[in-house]
Amino acid sequence: MIPAPFEYVRPTTVEEAVQAVAEGGDDVKIMAGGQSLIPVMRLRLAAPETIVDLGRVAEMRGVREDGDALVIGAMTTHAEVIADPLIAQHARLIAEATETVADRQTRRRGTFGGALAHADPAGDLPSVALALDAEMVVAGPEGRRTVPAREFFVDYLTTALDEGEVLVEIRVPKLAGDWGVRYEKFNRVAQAWSIVAVAAAVRRENGHIAEARIGLTNMGPVPLRAPATEAALAGASASPDAVAAAARSAAEGTSPSSDLNAQADYRQHLAQVLTRRAVATAAGL
Amino acid sequence: MTVTEDPATTAPSAPEKEIGQARRRKEDAHLITGETTWTDNMVLPGMLHMALVRSPVAHARITAIDVSAAREAPGVVAVLTGQDVAEEQGSIPSAWQVTPDMVNPGHPSLAVDQVNHVGEAVALIVARSRAAATDAIELVDVDYDTLPPVLDVEEAAKEGADLVHSHLSSNTSYHFVFDAGEAGTGSDTEQAFADADVVVSRRFVNQRLIPAFMEPRSVVVQPVGDSFTMWSATQIPHILRVMAAMVTGIPEHKLRVIAPDVGGGFGGKLQVNPEEILALLVARRLGKPVKWTETRSESLMAAHHGRDQVQYIDIAADREGNVKGLRVRLLADMGAYLRLITAGTPALGAFMFPGIYKFPAYRFELDGVFTTKTPTDAYRGAGRPEATFAIERIMDELAVELGMDPLELRRKNWIDAEEFPFTTVAGLEYDSGDYDTATRRALELIGYDELREEQRRRRESGDPVQLGIGFSTFTEMCGIAPSRVLGSLSFGSGGWEHATIRMLPTGKVEVVTGSTPHGQGHETAWSQLVADRLGVPFEDIEVLHGDTAIASRGLDTYGSRSLVVGGAAVVRAADKVIAKARKVAAHLLEASEDDLEFDGGRFSVRGTPGTGMAIQEIALAVFTAHNYPEDIEPTIDADAAFDPVNFSFPHGTHICAMEVDTETGFVKIRKYACVDDVGTIVNPLIVEGQIHGGLAQGIAQALYEEAVYDADGNLTTGTFVDYLVPSAADLPHFDTDNTVHVAPGNPIGAKGVGEAGCIASTPAVVNAALDAVRHLGVRDIRMPLTPERVWRAVHEGGDGGDRATAKTNAQGAESAQAPSTGTSSTGGAL
Ligand SMILES: Cc1cc2nc3c(=O)[nH]c(=O)nc-3n(C[C@H](O)[C@H](O)[C@H](O)COP(=O)(O)OP(=O)(O)OC[C@H]3O[C@@H](n4cnc5c(N)ncnc54)[C@H](O)[C@@H]3O)c2cc1C
Repeated sequence: MIPAPFEYVRPTTVEEAVQAVAEGGDDVKIMAGGQSLIPVMRLRLAAPETIVDLGRVAEMRGVREDGDALVIGAMTTHAEVIADPLIAQHARLIAEATETVADRQTRRRGTFGGALAHADPAGDLPSVALALDAEMVVAGPEGRRTVPAREFFVDYLTTALDEGEVLVEIRVPKLAGDWGVRYEKFNRVAQAWSIVAVAAAVRRENGHIAEARIGLTNMGPVPLRAPATEAALAGASASPDAVAAAARSAAEGTSPSSDLNAQADYRQHLAQVLTRRAVATAAGL
Repeated sequence: MTVTEDPATTAPSAPEKEIGQARRRKEDAHLITGETTWTDNMVLPGMLHMALVRSPVAHARITAIDVSAAREAPGVVAVLTGQDVAEEQGSIPSAWQVTPDMVNPGHPSLAVDQVNHVGEAVALIVARSRAAATDAIELVDVDYDTLPPVLDVEEAAKEGADLVHSHLSSNTSYHFVFDAGEAGTGSDTEQAFADADVVVSRRFVNQRLIPAFMEPRSVVVQPVGDSFTMWSATQIPHILRVMAAMVTGIPEHKLRVIAPDVGGGFGGKLQVNPEEILALLVARRLGKPVKWTETRSESLMAAHHGRDQVQYIDIAADREGNVKGLRVRLLADMGAYLRLITAGTPALGAFMFPGIYKFPAYRFELDGVFTTKTPTDAYRGAGRPEATFAIERIMDELAVELGMDPLELRRKNWIDAEEFPFTTVAGLEYDSGDYDTATRRALELIGYDELREEQRRRRESGDPVQLGIGFSTFTEMCGIAPSRVLGSLSFGSGGWEHATIRMLPTGKVEVVTGSTPHGQGHETAWSQLVADRLGVPFEDIEVLHGDTAIASRGLDTYGSRSLVVGGAAVVRAADKVIAKARKVAAHLLEASEDDLEFDGGRFSVRGTPGTGMAIQEIALAVFTAHNYPEDIEPTIDADAAFDPVNFSFPHGTHICAMEVDTETGFVKIRKYACVDDVGTIVNPLIVEGQIHGGLAQGIAQALYEEAVYDADGNLTTGTFVDYLVPSAADLPHFDTDNTVHVAPGNPIGAKGVGEAGCIASTPAVVNAALDAVRHLGVRDIRMPLTPERVWRAVHEGGDGGDRATAKTNAQGAESAQAPSTGTSSTGGAL
C-alpha cells in the first residue's frame, strides 16, 4: 500500500530534531528505522502530517562508556547493537535479545531507541531495558530529562515521552560482579514476535544466587518484572529445584492478552516455564 | 549416458543424454538478477491505474454508495460501482457442474446490491497514478445494512440456518455422492460396516489456507482498436482468454492474453479473477490501458483461499487388520461464491480417499456449502491433500484401536507391486509402483530403529520432550486429465495439451508449449526433452509460452500436469519433426527412408560410413527450399496435441520424526525422510526442488498456516504477522530419494511431482506429533499444531480447541481497517 501524503524533514542534530517536531504541526511523527512506523502508514492506520526522520542525526548513534554506565544512542541499529564490543562486555543481555528480533534486513534498519519508543508489548527490548534498570534520556523543548525504565512504559504502545519529546539515548548500568544472562524467547517461527519471552540476569556468589532480575515480554500491555520470583531467588541456592520453585510465581500479577497465538492462561503458564529455563541458563545450571 | 558403439554413426558432437541430468534451470539467471517481466513492471503510454473499494463487512445489503467525493479527487478519471457495470460484468465462471442440480448463485465482479464476504469489491477507482487511485478509496462512502454473518460450515449446512444468498433456499450448493456399490467398483458399504469387527470414526478439520504466492496478482489491459491485450499474473492465460471472452462478450479472437514471468501460484492463480474482468471492462469503457496490482493485504483477503473441509471418516476392519470399508462425509466450505473450480476441488478428492489400500467397499458424500467468507478454490493438491490427510490419519487411528503397528496395518492392506495395474474401489486404475520398496528405503533414510529406541528411552524417563514417528504412504492422481474422464465428470473443459516445434533456418529450435509455467522450470525440462529427442544441443532450444498469440492452444499448468501431458505433447511434436525431416533427408541423401537411421541428431544411411546430415542442416534446406521432395510442403515444423488415456499415480512414503515439548507444546521436526516415485525423472534438481517446496507447504498446513475469521467474519490473519508462512529457518533438512516406476500412460514415463510433497507430508507430520503424545491420552490435535493447541491437548484433553480470534498485538494493524476496505457508515465497529 501507499502511505497518505506527508511532509518530510530530516534534521542533523538533536536540537534541530526537537525544533522540527515542534514546528511539524498537529500530527507529527518521529521516524527512526521506520520498521514499525512505515508498515502502519502503508496500511493507512496512521497518516501523520509530518515525518521527522532521525536518520541523519549522527550524535544519536553509537555506544559509549560513561563511568558505571553504557550509553546507547537511540538511533543505534539492532545490527550495530549485536556487533558492539561494549555491549558484549557490559550488557550482553541486550545483544542476546536483539539477535532474536525480526530478520537480518529489519535489524539493519530498526533501532534500539525506536523499539523502546514504540513500546510494543511483544517487542523484545523493553523488558530487557526494564530488567537492566536502564534510563531513558529524553530531549524536549524544555531541555533534557531522564526517565527510568520503570516509569517509561506507561501502557499499550504508550510511553512517558511527552508530545514534542525525542528519545536521545539510553543509559544502561554496567553489570558488576559474576552475572549470567539469558533471553528466552518463545515464538512459532524463527522471525516472529514473542508470544512470551523472559529476560533474566543472575548474579552468582558462592554457589548461591545473590540477585536476579527478570523482565517479562508480552505478559501485559507493558513490560513487567517478576518481583516474587526475584525475591525468591535472592539468596537461593543455585539449584534446579530452587530455580523451579521460584519460577512458579513468575506470572503473579501479570495480565497478558488473549490472541491468535495464545490465550492468557497459556501465556501465564509459559512465563513460568520460560522463567525457569532462562534463570537456570543464566545461573549456569 | 549414451555410448555410441557403431563408429559409422558417431557424429562429431553427439550430445550426451539430457534426460536425467541435474541441469541448472535456464530461467533462473534472469529471475535472480532482476531482469524479470512481472506484469506489474509493465508501463504503457497513457496507462491508468485501478484500485478497488472493498467491503469491510462480511454480509450486508448495500443501501447507498456515494462516489461524488472520489470522482472529484485529484487524478481520478472514473469511479464505477456494481450498478454501473451490472449489465456488462456477467458472472465469474464456474467450470465444474459437480451435480446436475448444483446451485450457482452467480458471482458479480463488483457487488451490486449485497456483499457476501469481507474484501468483496464494491466499487472501482481509475486514476492517473496508483497513489491517486489509492487516495480516492477513502472518499467512497458506502452504506451497509448488515446481515448476520454465516461462518461455521456445519451450522450453515443445517436446515433453517441464516442464508448467505437470500434468493436461494439453502446454503448447500450441491450434494455429491460416489458409492462404489452403486458404481459397480465395490461392494455394499453399509453391509461392510454392519459386518465389521471394528469401526473407527473421526471428525477431522482440514483448515482454511491461503495460497500466499510470492508475486501478488496483477493485470494490465491495453485496448488496441477493437482488440484487447491482457497481461496477467496468471497460471492459465489460455483458459482465462476463453472465459474472459465469454464473460465480457469480447470476441475471443479480439482478446490476447499474456502471462509474462509469473511468480508462483500454487493454484491461487488458477482463476478468472474479478479484478481481471474489471480491468477489461474499464479498458473497454475508457479506451485506455489500465493496470491493477493487489497489495498483500488484498491478496490475503480477496484472492481465493484453499482447503476448508470438515471431514467425517469411518473405517471398518476385521480384528486382524484387514480393512473392510470406508465411509466419508465431507462438508466443504466454499465461501461466498463459486469461482472457477470452487465446487469441483473437494469433489476431486472423492476418488483419492481410499489411498493405496484395497478397500472392498467405499461411499463418499460431499456437500458444498456457502458461507460469508472468501471463496475457496484450488490450492496445491486441490482435493488430494484433503483425501490423503483423512486416510493416512484414520489408518493410524485404526492401528491404535487394533493395537497394531501403523506400518504393519498399512502393509497388510496396500496394493502389492505385482498387482499393478490395479483398479481401486473408487474406479481408478493405478498405473505402476512399489509401495514396499519405497517404504523400506524411507525407513533406512530416517534411521527408523534408532529413533524408535530413542522414543522408548524418552518415554521411560518421562522426558519433557517426547519423540514421535509418523507415516504417510500416499498416492495421488496427476496428469490432469483424460478429456473423456473430465467430460464424464461434467467438467467444462478437456485435459489435453498442445505443443509446436519450429525448426529455424540456423538450426535453432523453438518449442512452443501450451502448458504455461509460473516458476516450475518448463523451459529447462522441455529443452532437455527436445535435446534428447532431436539430438540438438540444449542451448539451441528456446521454449516459448504464456502468450495466446504465440502459444495459440493450451490448457496451462495445474494438477501436476505439465510434464505428464504438456511434455508428452512436446515429445510427440518432436517425433513428427523427425518423421518430416526423414523424408527430406532421404531425398537429399538419395537414399530410401527405410535405410536411414536417426541418432544423435543425424540421419545417416545404414552401412555407409561418413554419409549423413544433421537435422539442423535439414532445417536450413527446407528454409531455402531449393531442393526438397515434390510430395511434401517445405517445412519440418510440427504440432501435436496429447490427451492422456489415464491419470498417472505418483506415490511415496514419507516419514516424520517429531519432538514435542510437553511443557510448552512446541513441536519441532527432528528428521524428515521421503521416497517418492514420480516415474521418469527428467531433471533431478527440479524434482528435488518441487519436493522441497511441496514439503514446506504441506508441513506449513500441519504446523503453521490457518486463515482465521472472527465472529463478525473479519479475516483475523490478514497479514503475514498472523498468517504464518514458514521460512527455511523453520524447516528441517529433508532426506529425499526416489524409486522409479515408469508411467505407462505417456511417452516420457513421468508421473508428476508438483504436488507430491504437499499432499504427502501433512498427515505424516500430524501422525508424528500424535505418536509422541498418544501415551499421554491425546488422540487428535487440530491443525495447525500451534504450541497452545498441543499444550492444551496434552494437559486438558480434546484436540486443543479453537484459537482466539484476536490479532497478535505485534501486528499493530487491523487489516480489516485498512482503507482498501473502504469507509462505511455502519461498518465502523471493525
Ligand atoms: C518483519 C518485522 C519483524 C519484527 N520482529 C520483531 C521482533 O521479533 N521483536 C521486536 O522486538 N521487534 C520486532 N520488529 C520491530 C523492530 O524491532 C522495529 O525496528 C522496532 O520496533 C521499531 O524501531 P524503528 O527504529 O524501526 O522505529 P520506527 O518504526 O521508526 O518508530 C517506531 C515508533 O517509535 C517512535 N520513535 C522512534 N524513535 C524515536 C525517538 N528517538 N524518539 C521518540 N520517538 C521515537 C516513532 O515515532 C514510532 O511511533 C519487527 C519489525 C518487522 C518489520
